Amino acid sequence: MTADASLQDPPALPPEFRPEGPLLHRNAAISEPAWVQRILISLALLFLLGFLLLPLISVFAEALRNGWVTYKDALFEPDAIAAIKLTLLVAALAVPLNLVFGIAAAWAITKFEFRGKSVLISLIDLPFSVSPVVAGVIYIMIFGRHGWAGPWLDENDIKIVFAVPGIVLATVFVTFPFVARELIPLMHEQGTDNEQAALTLGASGWKTFWHVTLPSIKWALLYGVLLCSARAMGEFGAVSVVSGHIRGQTNTMPLHVEILYNEYQFAGAFAVASILALFALITLALKSYLEWRHGDELAATRRH
Amino acid sequence: MTAATPSFQRARRARSVIPGFGLTMGFTLFYLSLIVLIPLAGVFFKSSQLGWDGFWHVVTHPRVLAALKLSFGAALIGALINAVFGTLVAWVFVRYRFFGKRFFDAVIDLPFALPTAVAGIALTALYSANGWVGQFLEPLGIKVAYTPLGVILACTFIGLPFVVRTVQPVLEEAEKELEEAAASLGANRLQTIVRVILPTILPAILTGFTLAFARAAGEYGSIIFIAGNMPMVSEIAPLLIIIKLEEFDYAGASAVAVAMLGLSLLLLLLINGLQIWSRRRHGQKT
Amino acid sequence: MNIQIRGIHKAFASFPALDGVNLDIESGELIALLGPSGSGKTTLLRTIAGLEFPDEGAILFGGEDIANRPVRERGVGFVFQHYALFKHMTVAENIAFGLNVRKDRPSKEAIRQRVNELLDLVQLSGLDKRYPTQLSGGQRQRVALARALAIEPKVLLLDEPFGALDAKVRKDLRRWLRELHDKTGYTTIFVTHDQEEALELADRVVVMNRGRIEQVGNNQQVYEQPATPFVFDFLGSVNILPGEVKNRELRFEGSDDVWDSESKETGLVDIYVRPHDLQLVEAAAPGLDAQVTLVQRAGAVIRISANLASSGERIELELSHLDTLARSRQPGDAIRVAPITFGLFPRAPHRQPKTLPDVVPNAPAESRERAR
Repeated sequence: MTADASLQDPPALPPEFRPEGPLLHRNAAISEPAWVQRILISLALLFLLGFLLLPLISVFAEALRNGWVTYKDALFEPDAIAAIKLTLLVAALAVPLNLVFGIAAAWAITKFEFRGKSVLISLIDLPFSVSPVVAGVIYIMIFGRHGWAGPWLDENDIKIVFAVPGIVLATVFVTFPFVARELIPLMHEQGTDNEQAALTLGASGWKTFWHVTLPSIKWALLYGVLLCSARAMGEFGAVSVVSGHIRGQTNTMPLHVEILYNEYQFAGAFAVASILALFALITLALKSYLEWRHGDELAATRRH
Repeated sequence: MTAATPSFQRARRARSVIPGFGLTMGFTLFYLSLIVLIPLAGVFFKSSQLGWDGFWHVVTHPRVLAALKLSFGAALIGALINAVFGTLVAWVFVRYRFFGKRFFDAVIDLPFALPTAVAGIALTALYSANGWVGQFLEPLGIKVAYTPLGVILACTFIGLPFVVRTVQPVLEEAEKELEEAAASLGANRLQTIVRVILPTILPAILTGFTLAFARAAGEYGSIIFIAGNMPMVSEIAPLLIIIKLEEFDYAGASAVAVAMLGLSLLLLLLINGLQIWSRRRHGQKT
Repeated sequence: MNIQIRGIHKAFASFPALDGVNLDIESGELIALLGPSGSGKTTLLRTIAGLEFPDEGAILFGGEDIANRPVRERGVGFVFQHYALFKHMTVAENIAFGLNVRKDRPSKEAIRQRVNELLDLVQLSGLDKRYPTQLSGGQRQRVALARALAIEPKVLLLDEPFGALDAKVRKDLRRWLRELHDKTGYTTIFVTHDQEEALELADRVVVMNRGRIEQVGNNQQVYEQPATPFVFDFLGSVNILPGEVKNRELRFEGSDDVWDSESKETGLVDIYVRPHDLQLVEAAAPGLDAQVTLVQRAGAVIRISANLASSGERIELELSHLDTLARSRQPGDAIRVAPITFGLFPRAPHRQPKTLPDVVPNAPAESRERAR
């Protein structure tokens, strides 16, 4: 019996036509010659190398320049420990505040229609376009000794600027939009069908939010919290204005870096900086992981 | 029902089945006012104590003018550099395959994540006369650290992700068919890029450019270390605000702050305008 | 549960979505709300569900006005067009949701048992641990139905239940839904823009247009005795020919032959004739002369397009392949056409010459608006 021709393997293609081969691999009509690609890739990577990677590497290199012992000493010095603690405390206060705000704002904006919505969204984004220094200044103008509420605060012995509350306020301001910005596009996209379905099934508003809305936005929420925390821990300009730079008391890590640097304790400055850089790297890693693993549950507008 | 959707949404404001509008909207407005709006209004009010003449006197003082010029000028140049290289990076990331792409893609956001003070001292260490890069530039007569050039460098660093991140998704969504059509009509590759691709991604480039510009103009942390902070030469506007605060010149500080806010708001309006323009042009829905 | 709808008005901004709707639905009926986009059918369904609130009017469930009751107290089972399944819950958790959020929550065992019953009912036993994304469109649709049935609703409401499915699945599900309805006996209302679906599935069809009800009737009534030109046009294709009625006699424009008319209409009229209600007749018989322009054979049906000799107006015919006069017709042939049954409506003031519609009935809103 002769073999059915259609069941046989097709004759092997010459190499240039094989799928891995150059012709079918890329659509020749809309691509550049290999040498152009190589030049462009090199240019782009050189740019990134010079502007991004070198500074990052130099932080660690400078920190370890005088060896491990100096590095360790700089980190375990009491003022450095106090700075690390304060930074974490400020983030732990500012992030939940903006988290609650972000959820409330996103709920109001995406689940309802009302006039002036786009104005509200612009106002929420406003802190992004305000210089961090200005963000600090506005609180000095209100709570400072010569500010609006200054005399009253003095009388009642309440300290806001040059104290922890001021640092938290300034941090809240600069990280204000982060959570809301992640949630609004996603919740807008999701619409209200699921919430309506839950309501027809007899769920209360609170149960609807807790069992239906929250699980569907949890990754975007985490993403927003991540970006918010990173910025909260690293904020320098705004905090610098309101902190008063009291060592061991109102010094956050970035401020501590500045002080050490200005005192020419470069190794110490870079040691503390390296911890912040490490936080940044962890943030980037987590961020990339979230984008890779849960990209479809983040806002579709900005991610791939 | 689709035909009813636009008006449908307007009317739902009156009564909606979804609960919680009063609570969430109330909290949103309360928090927004408390943290952002009232304090911002306070600065405007403070500077208005100077009166128009006083305000004008402060902001046209040569030292202030020089600082504003440096802040916004360096930010502009940095944003231009980013517009060019950011587009190149986005292009390379979207269109080509190469080793380590994923890594570089993640690292792009470093300027968002890295505290500005850390970036500032790192850049200074790199570009000072005996730094890794500076030592090669010094013999050529190029001084980066402690000059306006350093300010531009820092501005470029912190604005870097904006153009890449706005152009990247647009390039990804751009239809390859357009390019194939151009090629089939006899356009060579350069013509296709200039006449077909560039117009498609131009709104995104402009948006990224403006965002980078706005961010760099107000930047403080990454600049002060590398700038040298010489009055009239390498002193940026935010630093001048801090100096005025330290001299207890609150009104003067708020005047400079208002000038910066005004310029930033102008930029914000520009961004919004650009987005509306590009949306209209491409008929996209929000 | 019988439902009475009384004088419902609902406007979105200035656009009247529902403009005085009255409807009585008997307990256990299966009702289709049929109409084009923007006709108000979905708004009516959502108003019954309590997802929209009417500006005016009353909705009575079993005699009790519930127009101001919030949706979660109405006890309606609502199946959303895109199902609105909770993605992060399994099939079983989705179905159990309505029982779990209840104040008098049944025991775990009771919920489990109920879920299994429902899974059996919708023929999805064994898929309880799957997530919605792991299901096909038809399966999702049935999960949505089971979830709605879990709360033992007073009335079951379905918004375009088969809209998101492909043709084959759609047909199967349609039959299955009818069987399910007969088995469970819930009062059921569904929205559709597909006339075939409405006619095949429903006990009664409510045809809607521009926020008003055009006709309510069983499938025979709405198809064979359309009450308005809109219903005629929307339920199947139609030829519209000009004519005149005098003394109970109907005359087609361009023909001397006379047909009896029982209609009360007099004066100029539009005559609505379905393509399959036209027949070919011998040259001597009463009828209209026309010239064939196109012949298509589709299975047992022969479709002929022809231009009327009198006005040049184009008409469509659908004839049986058994029809001896229809066979072997060629473009260019002269034919004589007579209507078997027709509808008469007063002449519309500015009737457009019948051309190809530039808008499909279900086109998205933007294109419809542009077309207007």
